[in-house]
Amino acid sequence: MKLGRGRRALWGAVAIALPLAACASDGKDRPKSTAAKAPPVKYARDPYPSTYHAYPGVPTLVRNVTVFDGEGGRIDGGAVLLADGKIAAVGQSLDAPAGATVIDGAGKYITPGIVDIHSHLGDYPSPQVQALSDGNEATAPITADVWAEHSVWPQDPGFGRALANGGVTTLQILPGSANLMGGRSVVLKNVYARTMQAMKFPGAPYGLKMACGENPKRVYGSKGREPSTRMGNVAVDRQTWAKAAAYKRKWDKYEKEGGDPPDRDIAMDTLRGVLSGEIMVQNHCYRADEMAIVLDMAKEFGYHVTAFHHAVEAYKIADLLKASGTCAAVWADWYGFKMESYDGIGENLAILDHAGACAMIHSDDENGIQRLNQEVAKVLSSARHAGIQVSDEAAWKWLSLGPAKALGIDAQTGSLRAGKMADAVLWNGNPFSVYTRPEKVWVDGALLYDSNDPKRRPVSDFELGQPGSGDVK
Amino acid sequence: MTRALLLLAASVLALPAAAQTIAITGGTVAIGDGSAPIERGTVVIANGRVVAAGAGVAVPAGAEVVDATGKWVTPGVVSAMTDLSLVDADGVSESNDAGARSSPFKASIDVSVAVNPAGVKVANERLGGVTRAIVAPEAGGSIFAGQGAVIDLGGDPDALTRARAFEYVELGEDGGKLAGGSRPAAWALLRDAFQQAQDYRRDPKAFDGRSRDSLVTRGDAETLGRVLDGQLPLLVHVERAADIRQVLGMTRDYPKVKLVLVGVAEGWMVAREIAAARVPVIAHALADLPASFESLAATESNVGRMRAAGVQVALASTGASGGDHVLRQFAGNLVAITRVPGATGLDWGQAWASITSGPAEAIGLGGEIGSLRPGRRADVVLWDGDPLELSSVPVATWIDGRAQPMRSRQTDLRDRYLTPTEGALPKAYERR
Repeated sequence: MKLGRGRRALWGAVAIALPLAACASDGKDRPKSTAAKAPPVKYARDPYPSTYHAYPGVPTLVRNVTVFDGEGGRIDGGAVLLADGKIAAVGQSLDAPAGATVIDGAGKYITPGIVDIHSHLGDYPSPQVQALSDGNEATAPITADVWAEHSVWPQDPGFGRALANGGVTTLQILPGSANLMGGRSVVLKNVYARTMQAMKFPGAPYGLKMACGENPKRVYGSKGREPSTRMGNVAVDRQTWAKAAAYKRKWDKYEKEGGDPPDRDIAMDTLRGVLSGEIMVQNHCYRADEMAIVLDMAKEFGYHVTAFHHAVEAYKIADLLKASGTCAAVWADWYGFKMESYDGIGENLAILDHAGACAMIHSDDENGIQRLNQEVAKVLSSARHAGIQVSDEAAWKWLSLGPAKALGIDAQTGSLRAGKMADAVLWNGNPFSVYTRPEKVWVDGALLYDSNDPKRRPVSDFELGQPGSGDVK
Repeated sequence: MTRALLLLAASVLALPAAAQTIAITGGTVAIGDGSAPIERGTVVIANGRVVAAGAGVAVPAGAEVVDATGKWVTPGVVSAMTDLSLVDADGVSESNDAGARSSPFKASIDVSVAVNPAGVKVANERLGGVTRAIVAPEAGGSIFAGQGAVIDLGGDPDALTRARAFEYVELGEDGGKLAGGSRPAAWALLRDAFQQAQDYRRDPKAFDGRSRDSLVTRGDAETLGRVLDGQLPLLVHVERAADIRQVLGMTRDYPKVKLVLVGVAEGWMVAREIAAARVPVIAHALADLPASFESLAATESNVGRMRAAGVQVALASTGASGGDHVLRQFAGNLVAITRVPGATGLDWGQAWASITSGPAEAIGLGGEIGSLRPGRRADVVLWDGDPLELSSVPVATWIDGRAQPMRSRQTDLRDRYLTPTEGALPKAYERR
């Protein structure tokens, strides 16, 4: 499993301290029984494993096309070869293997498939009826025990729209932000399947959704319980991390030495995963000052915040985020819909990027996910009008490689690099123009959307046989 | 506001007199009436109104000339169905005057008294090219949300273009919920309210409207009377094809009502009937998901298909989480889908009209705002490129012929934090 940079170092101190503590108690608490200590049995880390498989594709060469490789590179009149589900080659000019489909990309652009790090598709699906509203377990402020994947409805029509209109090939489904610790996220390939497991991105690390600010304090304050204030938010978080640290000590010891297994606590499993650096923290947070407090809390308990989400005021602390190696996943221009979004500006992402902090676009919205390329185009416009120069090809990092890194899947997807998954979009023009749409979308080399072929347009079970079924949506 | 304060405000904003004649020359001119953009056109404004716009327009002697070579000149965007100027931050209830769940008054609620021209969003959105807004109340305690207003986004205290410009009512799934649980209940409420409005009109003195069990207050009855005789357009929010048919059928019983449909996600399925009834629509631009059981057939082609069937279409700002300026992105997408096989969109001229003259015409103000046809209020935006493109921004804006300030709270925040690190003093000391 891939871990984000910097986390190893941060964990070093904890990793060294824990074996010492374990040694200190070794032999003293040993049961009097002469029976040999039972060997440790680890609980399953992946009990709902991915059954995703790549769908069949044909070797495909797109040539004479503008390539944004997603790593900042651009090739005009270039070529990309997809074969065996992988990016086989990217270059100025490539030869088509025998039997390959050859596509003339004149006037078109090819990019990595878009990775949306913040989606609730499947958990808050369409239609938005109470019976399908499964994104917030808003019954307690700490619900680290819930897993977003157990709410995902694979028939959400939103997946198909994100694919066909948005060119989204990978997405992280997060629990909502009612809770301080809302539960585990899941990373999906954007492919319809009968089961959630068959959509699950193989090998992707889990995330823990956390939230600060107005939502938790409003939801629980209105129920007359803690937290009802921002200080309450932090207090409940800290109490929980302290508990998690104790849980981790017990389980680390047991998994090393065996004996009687400690009691399982499903919520604490997740937090132990965070403290061990296996689970990435995806933290909903708007205000600059609150993000700074969360960063100190992370230091206090020895974990790393992978990304702040929404992060409407991240631009005010670009230097702090850069120093802590924490990313910001943001909208282009959302602002003013709640107090903590009052200071939103269109230059947020650009200021972060310009200051050297890690930044990316996200949707958090079943409509916005269909136009993330346009959201980045708006950021580019704001940036350039503010005097910050960013090239189109560099900006594509905000749409694929950036989020892939913040999900720990950048070795597999996020850029057009030989050997990576063939997740790619052919656009019918410059994808930063409002007049451009996806023409073809490949996931692991399988052509799953083709605007010219009605048979390559998915129709979820829910929409089948309904008014407008199979229509161009 | 006292005269002294008004003068002070005027001097701070440095507004030139609206009387001045201005000729904006050499730009690509979009009239906003659905016609194609005109290259190297001229727009002449004087006394706060458009004098002429197009190719071959002469520059009057003494006019201030603005060179628009390489730029675009258009009417400003008219944002329809927005809460702009009623709300500082939607989620902050203290700042939100869009809806009134527990008020005893319904149809008579008049949002114009809450319009705040100094709200920071007004200037923010003006910088995005929006110059007028059709401000709608939000239904809270009844299917009747109240009366909406039309405002300008100028940097001056006089924002109202028309108070009590329309009545807004919910008649689909939301209407059913508000009426007690079902669509039939909403229709029963509507018909009873109309009946009472007629009773009031016949004999105001005999009308109760004050007792505790009265369903319709005197004020509400008076307002609905103006709806029934066509003085006050009735904007009806419905999505489902069957609901749209039901609403169109309403005109049989209430022939003078000036209907406008809002939302209409399934409008394309009944487009010919809407066109035949000559009812304008203010539609979601890009709703393509079955967000509810009343919008199962939603598609981005909805607006284009209705337009092709002869329906007069305008775009609503619903779903514009980034702010009203997002309307031009919506309109641009409707041009984009003309290149998607099987989809129906709008050509450039129609798309621009759907966010300028379209909404103005829908509420009967096409003669006043929304286009650069002669005589219209001079709401003019000068863009540094194609205004539907995401890369373009306004470089100058006139409202009622007055040049507008090109700064907002957002530009202040941007400039303060363009370099996020602090200097010798805290950020609080950095300002223009």
